[in-house]
Amino acid sequence: MNGIKQQILEILDKDCRVPLEQIATMLGRDMTEVAQHIDELEKEQVILSYRPIINWDRAERQRVEAMIEVKVTPQRDFGFDAVAKRIYRFNEVKSLYLMSGGYDLLILVEAPTLKELAQFVSDRLSPLETVTGTATSFVLKRYKQDGVVFDDGGEDERLVVSP
Amino acid sequence: MSERFINPAVSAVPPSAIRKFFDSASTMKNAISLGVGEPDFVTPFSVRNSAIDSLLDGETQYTTNYGILPLREEISRYLSERYQAGYDPHTEVLVTVGASEAIDIALRAMLRPGDEVLIPEPCYISYQACTRFAGGVPVQVHTHAANDFELDAKDLEDCITPKSKVLILSYPNNPTGAVLPREKLEAVARVAIKHDLFVICDEIYSELAYDGFIQVSMASLPGMWERTMIISGFSKAFAMTGFRLGYMAAPQPYVVAAAKIHQYTIMCASRQSQVAAYYALKHGRETGYADVIRMRESYNQRRRLMLKAFRDMGLECFEPRGAFYMFPSIKKTGLSSEAFCEKLLQEKAVICVPGSAFGDSGEGHIRCCYATAISKLQEAFERIAAFLKTC
Repeated sequence: MNGIKQQILEILDKDCRVPLEQIATMLGRDMTEVAQHIDELEKEQVILSYRPIINWDRAERQRVEAMIEVKVTPQRDFGFDAVAKRIYRFNEVKSLYLMSGGYDLLILVEAPTLKELAQFVSDRLSPLETVTGTATSFVLKRYKQDGVVFDDGGEDERLVVSP
Repeated sequence: MSERFINPAVSAVPPSAIRKFFDSASTMKNAISLGVGEPDFVTPFSVRNSAIDSLLDGETQYTTNYGILPLREEISRYLSERYQAGYDPHTEVLVTVGASEAIDIALRAMLRPGDEVLIPEPCYISYQACTRFAGGVPVQVHTHAANDFELDAKDLEDCITPKSKVLILSYPNNPTGAVLPREKLEAVARVAIKHDLFVICDEIYSELAYDGFIQVSMASLPGMWERTMIISGFSKAFAMTGFRLGYMAAPQPYVVAAAKIHQYTIMCASRQSQVAAYYALKHGRETGYADVIRMRESYNQRRRLMLKAFRDMGLECFEPRGAFYMFPSIKKTGLSSEAFCEKLLQEKAVICVPGSAFGDSGEGHIRCCYATAISKLQEAFERIAAFLKTC
């Protein structure tokens, strides 16, 4: 991928609401060129979605999150992909990764209540024939996500005027 | 009574105009500051961590006067690889408390009473003051907006007298953001050789040049190494202002002379700062200066935003290719740069620094630093645009 596309991605990665005109100015390019690059990035599915990072704790929405380490039996011809697909279709699954190390899949799940989350593990995930074991850990507090620190004062410590 | 006990040479030097402005600006609520002179990045964590490790290891003692050898070796290697200027780390590199100390002791080591120091303006505020403290006579060499504030060899030559001894050169420049292209640097070098001048080169912003421009070091030009001292530090490119760490590199006699003052007055720079600087250079070298490049690209994006914003609001501004400042002209408002900044602060709570603080050639301009969050820059642009409509 060319340098300009990388730079566009880096700007959007920090703030996807930056207006097109501003991106163009920041990179010293014209707006149509930048728009075209972004179109291509979307078509090529490099950019999949534009979403904010929300601190739900401040949005008065109850929810429970957990990380589940899952051991599975890979399937002939499909490896882990088929079982991964099976699992990520559940709405509760926010993220799913294939991992190296002591287990195979790491799932980030989210549910409105502890009970519903427990049901997901016991009624939907564990009974899958390829799943051989699970270990669930609940998220107690988020400090940082995707490079964004939660509850960061973000104050400028610099003197307002310096030589 | 105090008059009797205060050195008239010190009393004669006016307090920094920036300081004066700071006092009124620092009390403003909701003010947006474009008046800062430092990066808005915190020092990369791995660099900070190296200082923490050093403390945990109990490294709390003095270092040698010249600074820890591994750091001097890295500095020597850095200058040679990045700026084609070779220095022996044992005898030709001195680690100082910021580039500021290096400027001070260099001048004190070199000047005799009455020696003239050629200082292209606008420039960093301490050159004139340090020259006076050292018993020298500062001589202004004007640079002009029409030439993008690049030093013209002819203007320099016009200021030379039999007493001229030292030229202080600083590109990329604070406050203008100007750089000095190779051919102009070579013309200045010819003047220096012809008139037997020594050049103190403040290269603190060298890493911060944009759109492919590379600031050639004076010391790398033929015939110049022997009459040049490079002064630089870690504050700007490595975002380490509070560490207060700089250095000088020059032929041995000059470093030895400056080191004499350093050993009697400073002893050595903070050990933790030296360790952090060593790590910053070593890590930088091993990673292709990834942190520096990342920060530089971020400044460059904001530089373009500010330039467009100023031009859109009708402020005349040459395109600066270095440092992190813009130096637009506010002459069309009819206000002096100090009056403009005062009024802008009172009416719109935006802090800029009057160009006159950096020498007479800066009058009619304001220094605006773009090393600030984009959201704040945008808000500042709106306020300045609204202010200009009332002028």
